[in-house]
Amino acid sequence: MSTPLLEIDGLTVTFPTARGPVDVVKGISFTLGRERLGIVGESGSGKSMTGRSILRLIRKPGKVTARRMTFDGVDLLSLSERQMRDLRGARISMVMQDPKFSLNPVMTVGEQIAEALVTHKKLPRRELKERVLAMLEAVRINDPSRVAGLYPHEVSGGMGQRIMIAMMLIPEPDLLIADEPTSALDVSVQAQVLDIIDDLVTGKGMGLILISHDLNLVSRYCDRILVMNSGEIVEQCKASDLHNAQHPYTRGLIAAMPRMNEDRDELPVLDRSTWTTGAGT
Amino acid sequence: MTDAAIHLEHLTVSYGDTTVVHDVSFDVAEGESFALVGESGSGKSTILKAISGLAPEWTGTISVEGKARGHSPDRAFAETCQMVFQDPYGSLHPRKTVDTCLAEPLAIHGIGGRDSRVKDMLAAVGLDQRFRFRFPHQLSGGQRQRVAIARALMLEPRVLLLDEPTSALDVSVQAEILNLLKKLRREQGLTYLMVTHNLPVVSFLCDRLAVMRHGRVVEIAGVDALKSGQLSQPYSRELYAASGGTLQSA
Repeated sequence: MSTPLLEIDGLTVTFPTARGPVDVVKGISFTLGRERLGIVGESGSGKSMTGRSILRLIRKPGKVTARRMTFDGVDLLSLSERQMRDLRGARISMVMQDPKFSLNPVMTVGEQIAEALVTHKKLPRRELKERVLAMLEAVRINDPSRVAGLYPHEVSGGMGQRIMIAMMLIPEPDLLIADEPTSALDVSVQAQVLDIIDDLVTGKGMGLILISHDLNLVSRYCDRILVMNSGEIVEQCKASDLHNAQHPYTRGLIAAMPRMNEDRDELPVLDRSTWTTGAGT
Repeated sequence: MTDAAIHLEHLTVSYGDTTVVHDVSFDVAEGESFALVGESGSGKSTILKAISGLAPEWTGTISVEGKARGHSPDRAFAETCQMVFQDPYGSLHPRKTVDTCLAEPLAIHGIGGRDSRVKDMLAAVGLDQRFRFRFPHQLSGGQRQRVAIARALMLEPRVLLLDEPTSALDVSVQAEILNLLKKLRREQGLTYLMVTHNLPVVSFLCDRLAVMRHGRVVEIAGVDALKSGQLSQPYSRELYAASGGTLQSA
């Protein structure tokens, strides 16, 4: 892998507020090859904003600036909105948090998945249908032809999320951004959904950015981890080295999590004063 | 079993024609912390709702602190048993200040000395007095959950029903709330019945757990069985593996 799939240098996302502009992402840089990268942080750390800005999905008045932001040699910052639309879905796609809000309630599942494909590639109807059913099968939905005819409210949360994944992967993108893909799901279903993402991503040699607040989950499914705190990357490490994390924030997060075999009487609480410079609350 | 804090016998709860909880019986001892775990739709929250009176269509026996629960709203019951909800963003009235919210149960029950009681309660849940006249939107998620817990404790109940009290919170904030719940239970000798799907949280806070599936209790086990991974039913083990795998890599 000589050239990375995604190169980001000095990404800043700014929102204006009554008290002047606030940087929610503060000049972060990272590169991504065809690998699985996890971005972890708490609410407000800027992890979702980072994911969205790659697809240029930050709405006004939010502002995205970067020294360099390239995807497979294409400069994302200079693309027109139209060119950007061709890229979204076809080459980079995104799985959102909650299937309840991201699926169209008045279209059947099959139509929605087909739409994702047809937008980027014209196909004969028969082939289209086959592709949709094959994709549903790939995300381990039993009886795909029945499910294709259902509406989103007729499927469970875990199934809805698998449908989202099917929709996002059917145009065969090079990069998948999954923003908290399983936090709306049950523990027992979480693992299934992530296994599916993992299989498809490694099988097709795609890049994956998994955004989550769950350190354990990310360390299980990713090769590399970025830990974000208040808009900055505080730690980068290999997933297997997470337990050797250096930064007090990362260590605090790991320690604050209850374990299955819990014998501590009290959980250590993050002492935010140890690394913040008095900024924020 | 009159000494049990919560006593459920052959409890069956339905919403209209759908029965969501089938013939559930268990006891929670005085001062014990008991967890109900299971996936969504397993009926665990419905049990809490039936106990608190939010799901009135049930049959069987529910008694709390030795007193049988009727099907209608019960003011005296509110003094022994209170509920804390999952989402602190949804469970606090957006146009009432913390002070109003905490004083309201006292006003309803005609209890005096409200000013000092509110002050004491804020201190007990670890909130600074300056938060007393703020609105929920001026507080963070963790602070709101503290207010929700404070509100539940205003009438000095013996039993707290906790419905996923930390699942809407960040890990570091979750740790603070879990510590707080543990401290309150130690100091006031409360009984907890907690619903959660997070097994490590059970391991930290609870003494026993009941695994539920499709509205039935599959297994009741001590927390030691959970810690050592010795749950006996296949479904419990599956649930354990789904969240236990998470832990092995930590």
